[in-house]
Parts: sequence; structure tokens; C-alpha cells
Amino acid sequence: MDDHATWLAAQKRLAWKRRALPLIGAGTLLFIWWALIAFFDVKPFIAPAPQVVLVTLWQKKDMLFANLVPTMVEALAGFTIGNLVAVGIATLFVHRKSIEMAFFPIVVLINSIPIVAKAPILVLLLGNGMAPKIAIAAVICFFPTLVNMVRGLEAVSPQALELMHVLSAGKWEIFRRLRLPTSIPYLFSALKIAASTAVVGAIVGEWIGSQEGIGALIIQATYNFDSALLYATVICGSCFSVLFFLVIRLLERLCVRWVPR
Amino acid sequence: MAPAIDISGVSVRFMSERAAVTALEDVSFTVDQAGFLTLLGPSGCGKSTLLRVVADIITPSSGQVRVLGGTADAARRQREIGFVFQDATLLPWRNVIDNVRLPLQIGGNPRKGARSPEELLKLVGLAGWERAFPHELSGGMRQRVSIARALLGDPKILLMDEPFGALDEITRDRLNDELLQIWRETGTTILFVTHAIHEAAYLGQRVMVLAARPGRVREIVPVDLPEPRQLAMRDTAEFGALAGRLRTVLENC
Repeated sequence: MDDHATWLAAQKRLAWKRRALPLIGAGTLLFIWWALIAFFDVKPFIAPAPQVVLVTLWQKKDMLFANLVPTMVEALAGFTIGNLVAVGIATLFVHRKSIEMAFFPIVVLINSIPIVAKAPILVLLLGNGMAPKIAIAAVICFFPTLVNMVRGLEAVSPQALELMHVLSAGKWEIFRRLRLPTSIPYLFSALKIAASTAVVGAIVGEWIGSQEGIGALIIQATYNFDSALLYATVICGSCFSVLFFLVIRLLERLCVRWVPR
Repeated sequence: MAPAIDISGVSVRFMSERAAVTALEDVSFTVDQAGFLTLLGPSGCGKSTLLRVVADIITPSSGQVRVLGGTADAARRQREIGFVFQDATLLPWRNVIDNVRLPLQIGGNPRKGARSPEELLKLVGLAGWERAFPHELSGGMRQRVSIARALLGDPKILLMDEPFGALDEITRDRLNDELLQIWRETGTTILFVTHAIHEAAYLGQRVMVLAARPGRVREIVPVDLPEPRQLAMRDTAEFGALAGRLRTVLENC
């Protein structure tokens, strides 16, 4: 019993450490930030002190939120479209090998073009509204999901396929009962990547000739040497990005219960 | 009564990356209904290939396969064949009972059979584990689930591909006895692949020894042990002599 109590106490300490240490780490970095600004007397147009950023976040919260909304819409729409198309094409690739062989190299080639290079092309194609931003977010989500989904749909064991054959399963049944569930963990690891990159895509899209959104605000704040606003904007964008990621991870935990953690 | 499995002159050839491989050459044998034949042989002798020919997973290059008097294809479509793989091949996202139910949900108009999934789980000693997930079970328990799944719909033929090969010896012995009991209770025809001499001799009414490269029938050895088999028989001189004989045949492959 004594051993058990000791073990419990050790577990408790460990749990406490896990929660407290990241907070202490973040606090330390904030302090160093503040100290550097104060000690070297850095001018506000170069870098703001943390407390100034905090004040800006509060004072301009309405304006920041108004600019966060279009970025959120673009990221979410791009995420949805990009992933849906990726899952569809992955399904096609798995069932029609010759199509995969014909187009997969091109997919890899397009994927290797950096997003900042793809963005202007899409802006030219789609004009100046929300469409090009959604397209950029979709394109950036598309590739990791396509690659992971093809891998996931093909990750079925040969024996499981033989089992399906012995049970006289049709192609659709094999897909629905075997391939699709097998691919779900692969899909979620892609979705977790896509959740952050979709936001990046939307922001990059807004850099090019946009009047609103986190990306546009970043550009404006930079040109105006408003470092406090710049930092506040970046913080808003990353908070959304992290929140998005956490939602996907929660969904993963709800959907994928069979993989032991 | 027609034999449950009637294989005559079956050869299987396929192209590997480098050359044409003959997996089986001119294999002929029969298994009576409710019979238990074990297939014993070194790796590469095509014993798994032979099971897959009977299950209509592999189509032979030549020769004739008759299962329950018809084609292997018809037997498979009528759900007369249950297959137990070396790996339990359970679907990890389904719990135990849903894994056993899988055959009911696939392939159009599946057979219900006399035993419910719950009864089959009881038969394999897993009553009370219905809601557990595969990753929560031991290797032996997973294999029991896969046997229950294979028995759903009362197939007349049970094909087993080294089902206990990955298990420890204690579990394997226990499952051997349970399998014999299931066989006696259900009257299923069993074709059982193994590379363990003791297992082959203990389970089978006959042991078919296969030679490797190309896979062919070396000898079919009848097993004259009293029924029902009991683990203690393994210590008798009779069993020792049989195992010795099988070993000699294997060594001359």
C-alpha cells in the first residue's frame, strides 16, 4: 500500500510538472523579451514590448476580429474544399492505378512549387475577392491529404483483402468496410497538418492586393512601422491556427478510438 | 457421399519479378466430409497456396478443384468456406462481437447459420468479451475471435493457415484441444496448415507432407491415434514413433 501511495504521489508530481513547466517556459521567454526591449531601449517601430502588444490586442480587438473573420472563412472553406477533393482523387487513384501512374508525378511536381509562387498565379486566375484565397488554402491542404490518403487506402493487409474475397465482398464493400476505416488515422494526420497550413494559405493569399484579413493587416502594419499591431495581428492568426488544430485533434480522438495511445 | 475436397493434378505457376515460379506441381488428394487433414511441410512448399486454391483466392494454372461436389468458386459464394489466417486479421475499429458479425454484413445475401455470433464466442471461450477491442486482447484471444468469425454461417469447410504459429506453446496446446472439440461438435471439414510436426500429428486424421520447390505431395501419412485425442497422448511411444516417421519424411523432402 505504501508503495502505491508513493507511486501515486510521483504520478501527481509528474502531472503537475507537465502542466506547470510549459507555463514557466512561456513566462521566462516573455520576461526575456521584455528585458531585451527595456535594456537595449529598442524603438517601438522596430519591436514592441510585450505589455504594449497586450494593450494593442485589447484596444484594437474589434478591428482585429473584423479582420480575423475573412481569414477564418477562407481557411475553413479552403480546408474543406482541398481535403474533399484530395480524398476524392485518392479514392480514384487507388481504384484506377493507371490514372495514378499518369498524374501522380505531376501532382508531386506541382507540390514542389512553393506556395508564395503559386499564390500570384491563382490571384491572376481568380481575381481579387475571397476566391483566390480559398483556392490557395485549398491547394496547400490538398497535397498532404492526397498523399496520406492514398497511403491510408492502400495500407490494408493482403490477408484482410483475402478475407474480403472469401466473403465474396464487392469493390464498394471492400472500400467501405475495409479501405476507408483503415485510412482514417492517415487522414487525420494529414488534416492536422492541413489545419495549420490552411491558415498559412489564406494569409499568404491576403498578402497580394487585399484590403482585409490577417494577411492584409500584417502588410499594412509592416508598411506603417506599427510593430505592436503587427505582433497583435500575428498572435490573432496563430491563436486561430492553434484552435483549429486542437479541434481537429479532438475530432481525431473521438473518431479514432481503436489505435492505442 | 462426395468428398468435401477433391483436388486432382493441380499445378500453380506464377511470374515473380525474376522468373516463372512453380508453387505447386501435380497435387492430388481428397478430404472426406467431416475429415481433418493437416498439411505439413517446410516453408516454400506451397501449403498456403494450396489452401488459397481451395478457397478460390488463387486459380490454379492446371488441374481440377472440386469442393463439395462443385467448383471452389460456387462453394465460396455459398459461404461454405471459412478461412482462418496466420494473423487473426480482425478489423481493429470493430469490437469483438462486431468482428464476428462481419460475414453477416458482407457479400449480399449471407447465411445466418445455426449459431449466433454470441454462441460462437461462447464456443471459442470468449463469452463476456463481446465489447472488447482487438488491441485489448492477447494473440491467442484474437485468434479465437477469428475462428468464431470463420465458423459463422456454419461453413462445411474450415481452412486454417498456420493459425497458431505465432502463439506460445502453452496457448497453442490449449487451442489445439479446443479446435478438436469444435471440430467434433460442428462436424466441419478441416484443412489445417502447419510447420510443427507435433501439431500436425496431434490434430489430423491424416497428415499430408509436402516437399518444397516445387511444392508437391510427398506422402499422406494416416494417424492411428485413439479418438478423442488428449494431450497426454503426446508422451506415448506411439505418438513418438509417428512424429519420428513424419520427421523422416520431412527430412527426405
